[in-house]
Amino acid sequence: MSVIGQRPRPAAKTGGAPPARGDEPAPRRRARGSGWWPYLLIAPTVLGTAALLLVPLLRGLLISVQDFKLRELVNGDAKFVGLDNYGTLLGDPRFWEVVRRTFLFMAVNVVLIVGVGTLVALLIERLGRFGRTAVLSGLVLAWGMPVVAATTVFQWMFHSEYGVVNWALTSLGFDSFDRYAWFANGTAAFAIVVFLVVWQSVPFAAITLYAGLTTVPRELHEAARLDGASAFQTFRTITFPMLRPLFMLVICLEVIWTFRAFVQIWVITQGGPGDATTILPVYAVQTALSAQRYDLGTAASMITVLLMSSVLVIYFRQLYRQEAEL
Amino acid sequence: MTTALPRPAPAGAPVPPRRRRRRPLRSAAAVVVFVFCTFPVYWMFSTALKPAGDIQTDEPKLVPFSWTFDHFRTAMAADGFWLFWRNSLLLTVGAVLLALVVALAAAFAVARMRWRGRRQFLLMVFAAQMAPWESLIIPIYIMYRDTDLLDRLPALTLVYFMITLPFTIVVLRNFLATVPPELEEAAQVDGCTRLGAFRRVIFPLLAPGLMATSLFGFITAWNEFAYANFLIINNQDARTLPVWLTSFQNTFGTDWGATMAASTLFAIPALLIFLLLQRQVTSGFASGAVKG
Repeated sequence: MSVIGQRPRPAAKTGGAPPARGDEPAPRRRARGSGWWPYLLIAPTVLGTAALLLVPLLRGLLISVQDFKLRELVNGDAKFVGLDNYGTLLGDPRFWEVVRRTFLFMAVNVVLIVGVGTLVALLIERLGRFGRTAVLSGLVLAWGMPVVAATTVFQWMFHSEYGVVNWALTSLGFDSFDRYAWFANGTAAFAIVVFLVVWQSVPFAAITLYAGLTTVPRELHEAARLDGASAFQTFRTITFPMLRPLFMLVICLEVIWTFRAFVQIWVITQGGPGDATTILPVYAVQTALSAQRYDLGTAASMITVLLMSSVLVIYFRQLYRQEAEL
Repeated sequence: MTTALPRPAPAGAPVPPRRRRRRPLRSAAAVVVFVFCTFPVYWMFSTALKPAGDIQTDEPKLVPFSWTFDHFRTAMAADGFWLFWRNSLLLTVGAVLLALVVALAAAFAVARMRWRGRRQFLLMVFAAQMAPWESLIIPIYIMYRDTDLLDRLPALTLVYFMITLPFTIVVLRNFLATVPPELEEAAQVDGCTRLGAFRRVIFPLLAPGLMATSLFGFITAWNEFAYANFLIINNQDARTLPVWLTSFQNTFGTDWGATMAASTLFAIPALLIFLLLQRQVTSGFASGAVKG
């Protein structure tokens, strides 16, 4: 985590941020809080984080600069090879193909999740009491569905012979979908994984954005309407700028969570058919555990961590603007 | 995808008629969103309840007219179902309790005390909340192998504890911030120790927050698949429900009724928690900004 080392920026510097909150009230209990109590209270958290997060991260870094295959796993005594593993990865066209696919996967997912999430949030805001409760319950139900359970259901729904999706498409007249094997075709498998991830992620985006929408003063919208603004114009000039920080947060979180699609991909396709659904985390595990190139797999993981921490930096800048009293 | 969502109406139309005209459109969009959200869940339940003959047909029955509990019986009678259920429960409860105790201490220090390094500590918690767990599987696998912790449930508990801990701290800190410190001070003036004041005054007020966070932690740990799959290798008796579910599907590949019944049994606790806590789910997490 490169972020930890950086000194936090003073929160006061956020010039353009939404409504300035007054300075934090002077901490009255400064005198009482000092001493060693707070350090004792956070000690277990710090220890846990060090042992289960920091050490694995460092260990990963170490393995990624070693020659670490099955023999070294069994015997120990791994030799240092510098950046050779990274060189091997970066020189492998298959790796670049995976990186390109990871970004494509991320982009498609995030655009769909934020786009659909925004539309759903706007819809909920405009619904009556009954409709709102119904749609919110539906969203919560989809959200609460465990990932593995949802994955098995999608496999069943897209089953080539008895799947309800093929039946529906065929009944609608798309005869080419009769017994269509979704998971045998690369693009189709990729599309299903995207569909599954979007289905699981839209509830969070929609509910968060809806919560944000309710904080936008109604008068602003009415004023805009009186001025003759269309719904789209109102959204672009009033709603979106006011909720920009929230949108940024949701986008950052969804980018990071896209890597959690590891489970869905692993359970449905294990990265296949061919390489069609292999994204970086899947590639890393495949390389390490199936090909027993622990060094290469870990190097790929470290590259993933690096990519994710760049997103984290953006996330933290946004968080600072939101959390005045961090 | 949900393509039927309402598009912004073209500009220029007079306001009142446009609004009235769009009401049916809105309702239609709401129905589409609702169906998209709930259909997979419904399909899981209904497949699990259908007789085998109704499942594998060329024409799926959207509404099950005849019901059966056979698939549930098959799933529950499958090898090790109860064992894996127990494993999952022990793991999850262990991780959640550990996280609650550790997080409560840390959240109290952050919300109630001023000390050097407090900001840095919070920054660490926020960073840990976003930790790239999917990228740490290999190093953790190797570390656990070196220390003989592979194939052991307590080792898995530790990972789950760490995954749920940062979120628990953030949410509990927010809850603590809403309890006025004056209450605590008053209790101390009345002769309570600091710990006594905490136990008698704050703890009861924190109960809803503790409930909400522990349920979120419960769901995270209950659903976790990747670590359970890669850290439990030889000791098949230490597997958890999500891993069992995927292997169950491979073993009984053609028995979709039983697979859907097994998925239902696995999903019910999480679904129930989400539905019962709908209000907390939709408002509480926004501050902690973490998905279950």
